[in-house]
Amino acid sequence: MSTTGEIPEELRYSRTHEWVRQEEDGTVTVGITDHAQTQLGDLVYVELPEAGRVLEAGEACAVVESVKAASDVYAPVGGEVVEVNEELAEAPERINEDPYGAGWLLRLRPSDPAELEGLLDGAAYAALIQEEAREGGAGTEEA
Amino acid sequence: MSRGTPLLPCHRRAGARLVDFHGWLLPLHYGSQLEEHHRVRRAAGLFDVSHMTVLDLEGPGAEPFLRHLLALDVAPLAPGQARYGCMLNPRGGVIDDLIAYRLGPARFRLVLNAATRERDLAWMREQGLARTAWREREDLAMLALQGPEARALLHGLLGPEAREAAEALAPFHALEREEAGGAVGGPLFLARTGYTGEDGYELLVPAQAAPRWWEALVAAGATPAGLGARDTLRLEAGLNLQGADMDETVTPLEAGLGWTVAWEPAGRAFVGREALEAQRRAGVPRARTGLVLEGRGVMRAGAEVLDEAGRSLGTVTSGGFGPTVGRSVALARVAAPTPPPGARVQVLLRGRPHPARIARPPFVRGGRVRLPSGSADG
Repeated sequence: MSTTGEIPEELRYSRTHEWVRQEEDGTVTVGITDHAQTQLGDLVYVELPEAGRVLEAGEACAVVESVKAASDVYAPVGGEVVEVNEELAEAPERINEDPYGAGWLLRLRPSDPAELEGLLDGAAYAALIQEEAREGGAGTEEA
Repeated sequence: MSRGTPLLPCHRRAGARLVDFHGWLLPLHYGSQLEEHHRVRRAAGLFDVSHMTVLDLEGPGAEPFLRHLLALDVAPLAPGQARYGCMLNPRGGVIDDLIAYRLGPARFRLVLNAATRERDLAWMREQGLARTAWREREDLAMLALQGPEARALLHGLLGPEAREAAEALAPFHALEREEAGGAVGGPLFLARTGYTGEDGYELLVPAQAAPRWWEALVAAGATPAGLGARDTLRLEAGLNLQGADMDETVTPLEAGLGWTVAWEPAGRAFVGREALEAQRRAGVPRARTGLVLEGRGVMRAGAEVLDEAGRSLGTVTSGGFGPTVGRSVALARVAAPTPPPGARVQVLLRGRPHPARIARPPFVRGGRVRLPSGSADG
């Protein structure tokens, strides 16, 4: 048994548990999902890329390290990093507290906006979590 | 399929994230592992440790058997006194670590790890367990109440007689009452022991009474804490984990547990003695040390430890983020002699060397951080 956590309708999702929000200025904001932060447990360190770095879709671009494990964060779409969430250096717990708000990781200017079409909507992401829980033998349980 | 302890309903009600731990369904945390850790260091935390293996041995054969079986010596123990130590194989390797209590002139209790239960029992049978009366206490549940406020909190739940006895209980001593009196009442075994580096108690109570003890302790102010906090607390306290910091290929002398071996009297032929004596004469090839990471990142089991020139020294046996220290701390096994406290080393994390310093565990004692001078501020 596993819960999906909160999955806001208006966001798009990667198969590697990042969320993407399209901003009005054409950039996208990226973070990790509620499900991902729950699986990781309390976060203790976050390593973010330099602003200006150009990422390929699927490229490892950040590391989130919890009491349990270190995990790579992958760029859901390709593009240039325009801003990173500096506050996370001192307060990685923002990701646990507010994964879709104050816990955002970085903003990208997509190099190919068409890549956004390849991301999952909320329903497809919820289905992915359920599928992974079944395949993983559901080692954990939310009571 | 994992089995639940008698406290499983309490964990579910408290919103625990449950995980399989060696066949037991136990709480990893109840929301925040870090917060639970801090509550234990600053106030009082409550752990379900009912998965631990509890064996009672009784009769004239019990003491000779344990003096043969264990590297610690039960002979000097007064009734109510406990000692920590190891059960070894003939090569001196650690089959398990345990606490042995003398309950009476010919009555003993062992508390062993859950992970090694089958191996422990098989080994003990091979060594002559059947020659003494023994039973596994699956009728009991075990709770650990730990932290600077733990003792006072428990005392408030006891009747006057048990309370007075508990207040007088010294570290590594235990008391048994058929009737504890007070808020919950009934039989109670209370030991001033633990696995967090804080003062506190471990309680053994009848399984059916365990939920009432749990709820009463929580109502009195104890914070439920899970396996996650238990691991970071014991790591900061420099306490070894069987299966991680030692196993059957590692001797107590190589695991920082030489102090638990009772060499005297010299005539006591416990299992593993010859191998340990040979190693003591020859000198240990490797030994336990502690590490504190200088910068950001988390050392974890398996990470390689290098000297400043990049030569391999050994391996991290358990590591993590130390919430009280504010940085990553680890236990490691490295080539002997170990570098002195404060010495600079490197630890390979995700393929990259990170600067660290040698530090003598415990990293935290009595709620205070102890690091070698020269270490950067946390």
